[in-house]
Amino acid sequence: MQPTGQEQSAQGVDLQALLAEARVNEVLEQLDAELVGLAPVKQRVREISAFLLVARAREMLGIQSETPSMHMCFTGNPGTGKTTVATRMADILQRLGCIRRSSVVAVTRDDLVGQYIGHTAPKTKEVLKRAMGGVLFIDEAYYLYRPENERDYGQEAIEILLQVMEANRSDLVVILAGYKERMQTFFSANPGVYSRIAHHIDFPDYSAAELLQIAEIMAQRMRYRFDDESRATMQRYIQRRIRRPNFSNARSIRNALDRARLRQANRLFECAAAGERTRAEELTLIHAQDLLASRVFRGDAE
Amino acid sequence: MRITQGAFSFLPDLSDEQIRAQIDYALRQGWALAVEFTEDPHPRNTYWEMWGMPMFDVQDAAAVLYEVNACRRAYPGRYIRLNAFDATRGFETVRLSFIVQRPEQEPHFELTRSEGPGRRVRYSMRTIGAGRG
Repeated sequence: MQPTGQEQSAQGVDLQALLAEARVNEVLEQLDAELVGLAPVKQRVREISAFLLVARAREMLGIQSETPSMHMCFTGNPGTGKTTVATRMADILQRLGCIRRSSVVAVTRDDLVGQYIGHTAPKTKEVLKRAMGGVLFIDEAYYLYRPENERDYGQEAIEILLQVMEANRSDLVVILAGYKERMQTFFSANPGVYSRIAHHIDFPDYSAAELLQIAEIMAQRMRYRFDDESRATMQRYIQRRIRRPNFSNARSIRNALDRARLRQANRLFECAAAGERTRAEELTLIHAQDLLASRVFRGDAE
Repeated sequence: MRITQGAFSFLPDLSDEQIRAQIDYALRQGWALAVEFTEDPHPRNTYWEMWGMPMFDVQDAAAVLYEVNACRRAYPGRYIRLNAFDATRGFETVRLSFIVQRPEQEPHFELTRSEGPGRRVRYSMRTIGAGRG
């Protein structure tokens, strides 16, 4: 026999047990370990998981409530980890029973908007159907809306999106992502979208110290290492790089590391050509001069 | 007359929950679902109208149900069925097909007799009352 609501509320629920059962902590810990900084984001992710857990407990006790709307908007500069967090978010949402699969379908304007009349609606619906049961991640969502062209098909895609976001709340979680200012213009032009998104999460830029930490983690993951000198050089590199145009946080660091690896390989090759034997530790070390050759340091002499 | 075509047609109509479970099963088998509708359920009317393309890259029952409901809204008084197509080599055919909507008043069939050359009698079946719903 099903226990009645009253009997159950007398029993109460063990939130800790529920948490352990959902195995959300694993993902949260992974998030903490993998991502440097981003304290406000992690805080919000924790809040959301706590909220979903409580919603689940309420459901178990028979307290009626509507399916919470879990649509989100990630704003922040490029390379601040929006896509990475979206993937983790899908994991968390799936473990908490908010969605059925932890899959993320990542799309941009081109995947949603058609090229001629009558092309957009089927295209958008196709994408929505593919994403159902999981997370739909729309990168650079503000491109959907082009105010300069009033006959732009983006508007049509937005309308269908809104309709499905509202009607199929329990089947689909939509995450919009993009630069903060442009997202704000997008929202002011489409207040309907803004009001249907419950969670707005802002991704702050990384500090120079955090970027250095990121560089270390990335290098470690690629099985490279810094010595004291190259670490100091990396620090100087980061400080310069931040001020340069097109700085995109962690992505810039990744690119810098990739280029440093390239130069390191070239340097080792030249040493070998000069008749030196390459030692094992040399293969994993990123030398200061690999970084100093970067464009960022050019013009130092002047 | 209650039309009995496809799977489950001798059972009471499936609820949406049951339909979802069947879709889930089909998706787990890796079959692609397609929605079709018709006015005329004549047994020889094999190819019903297609409601959109077969959904080859859909992974969740909600998406299929979404299309079923869209079709129901557009054609409230017609037969709607779901086909699950198995693309594996050797099958390449519909593995499961069942009706998900019928009109309130279903048509019936009439047997007609006609005389051909040499007094040969030919029988044929005709749908009566299709498209009234």
